[in-house]
Amino acid sequence: MDKGFSPVGLRVLVVDDDPTWLKILEKMLKKCSYEVTTCGLAREALRLLRERKDGFDIVISDVNMPDMDGFKLLEHVGLELDLPVIMMSVDGETKRVMKGVQHGACDYLLKPIRMKELKIIWQHVLRKKLQEVRDIEGCYEVGADWFTRNDEAHYLGGGEDVSFGKKRKDFEFEKKLLQDESDPSSSSKKARVVWSFELHQKFVNAVNQIGCDHKAGPKKILDLMNVPWLTRENVASHLQKYRLYLSRLEKGKELKCYSGGVRNMDSPPKDAEFSSGHQSPGKSSYVYSGGSSLVHKAETDPKQLASSSVSDPSSDVHMPPKGKKKRIEFEPPISSSVFDSLLPWSDVPDPLESKPQILFESSFLQQQPLLPSQSPYVVASAPTLMEQEMKPSYETCVNADEFLMPQNKNSTVINQDVSLSTPSAISCMKLQESSSNVNNDTESILRSLNWELPESHHSGFIDTDLDFSWLHGEHLLANTGLQNFQFQDYSSSSSLLSELPPHLWFGNDRLPEPDEYTLMVDHGLFIS
Amino acid sequence: MQRQVALIKQSLFDQGYLDEQFMELEELQDDANPNFVEEVATLYFKDSARLINNIDQALERGSFDFNRLDSYMHQFKGSSTSIGASKVKTECTMFREYCRAGNAEGCLRTFKQLKKEHATLRKKLEQYFQASKR
Repeated sequence: MDKGFSPVGLRVLVVDDDPTWLKILEKMLKKCSYEVTTCGLAREALRLLRERKDGFDIVISDVNMPDMDGFKLLEHVGLELDLPVIMMSVDGETKRVMKGVQHGACDYLLKPIRMKELKIIWQHVLRKKLQEVRDIEGCYEVGADWFTRNDEAHYLGGGEDVSFGKKRKDFEFEKKLLQDESDPSSSSKKARVVWSFELHQKFVNAVNQIGCDHKAGPKKILDLMNVPWLTRENVASHLQKYRLYLSRLEKGKELKCYSGGVRNMDSPPKDAEFSSGHQSPGKSSYVYSGGSSLVHKAETDPKQLASSSVSDPSSDVHMPPKGKKKRIEFEPPISSSVFDSLLPWSDVPDPLESKPQILFESSFLQQQPLLPSQSPYVVASAPTLMEQEMKPSYETCVNADEFLMPQNKNSTVINQDVSLSTPSAISCMKLQESSSNVNNDTESILRSLNWELPESHHSGFIDTDLDFSWLHGEHLLANTGLQNFQFQDYSSSSSLLSELPPHLWFGNDRLPEPDEYTLMVDHGLFIS
Repeated sequence: MQRQVALIKQSLFDQGYLDEQFMELEELQDDANPNFVEEVATLYFKDSARLINNIDQALERGSFDFNRLDSYMHQFKGSSTSIGASKVKTECTMFREYCRAGNAEGCLRTFKQLKKEHATLRKKLEQYFQASKR
């Protein structure tokens, strides 16, 4: 059937009040070699999940259930258990999908559901795990560097020690962390910190007290905050995200002018919720690049939309490169899990978004010749859903107060699109040497998850794919596993799953449905 | 017999009673579940009968709570997609449109048609399953 890789024994909990679908899904998931548990009631599902805290890897739930709203269940699962949740419905209405995204769903599948779609749900689990790994001090150090230096040369392959945008030492650090992660007795495994509003306020106060936040170090902040149970590492990673957030704010102001057109053209009723004057830097530019053609096509042809936005370099100057950067560092921007624990509907912009942005601008411009090869790839990254339904997100307000608020959920979605184009640009600049590092890390991540690694992927999986994805824009297309995803009106072979390194996405030749794709959103949660 | 079975199935597709979802179900059928499709169909008809009943009662009440009707129909539609009941699905969509438009007459009319399609499909599938068993 398909040559996709799916880990055997992934523990899935399916919740659906429709007995027919429950039976079908159970069979389908079993065919994927997953370990399936079915549940006809949301409350029952919650009970099961709470009882077996670590008993499941992912939850698939229908949106409409008699005893509890699917979104409510989604909230609970996200808040309490931090598991990836996929929503299902026969209804692909924009509003509903949006709601799913806002509530933290990492995907939204339309019924009837195809085997292909279920075959790749493991990617959501992996992505979440990768995010957890990413949430470490090492990132902070790198992030801070990017932040303060804003040094594109650094990324354009200027430095020999740069590996996929990260310093070699950071890679080592992360490697160590990965090893620690897989070692249950390791003491370096930290408990997740939930950054409540109060806690964040303390944090912000401390930072402001110190002054220029670029000079504020985690130790100082920690001391000022005076929260006994908080560790320096917690503060460090939170600081990193905060800085990214601020940086995005700045960018947003620059791009504010772009917002008007698109919003007017295509504004679902919910726009009001999101628009508030500020622009999420990445998103706006991305969406608006290409101008009205972008908007017109939004409703009908996501592909075109994406390509028009991407293939228009002149207007893409501010295109948020974000996602890619992250991916390179094994840091998928999709971090739905992170914030879910804080607020179910949190949609804080992905912290790393702004980083790549800075990078991308220069690399993008310099890499224009790469665009053509990239565009198909990027095309995929602009699911209709995203454009249609996420449009309001462009207007998402990014206020300092709302740092923790679920505002920019969508922003991350948008940014993903851009991220797709970045890899090519950056990868071409990127060093070959880094690929081996990446290879090792991917493998270690997968190994720590106890998943079967495909022995013989159709394209050599880790090694080959990595090389390909990182170094050859076109290959990103070929090797992307995103094709598993349904994608309305979609015919090019681009990868929507910008967040995960291409090689981690396997599957058939189907593109993600815009609806579904968008939901593979990086909610940009802030948790450390 | 095989040929007859194939013919029945083909006509179900040709006439639009079933869509690709039915084929997907057939692909799921294997040695572990040799009667999977029939089991699913049985489950569907049992459950959908219940849903039809709910809607019937709601309509009979005459109060026309469109939101509730729409909600029932949403459920029904979801269920109908499970076996690929194409014509039934179409009626579901139409019913929901009428609900949204607040058109009671349209709802009643469509629902009648829906029940007809549902019954027809049931009969045809029964024939199909019986034939495939011989």
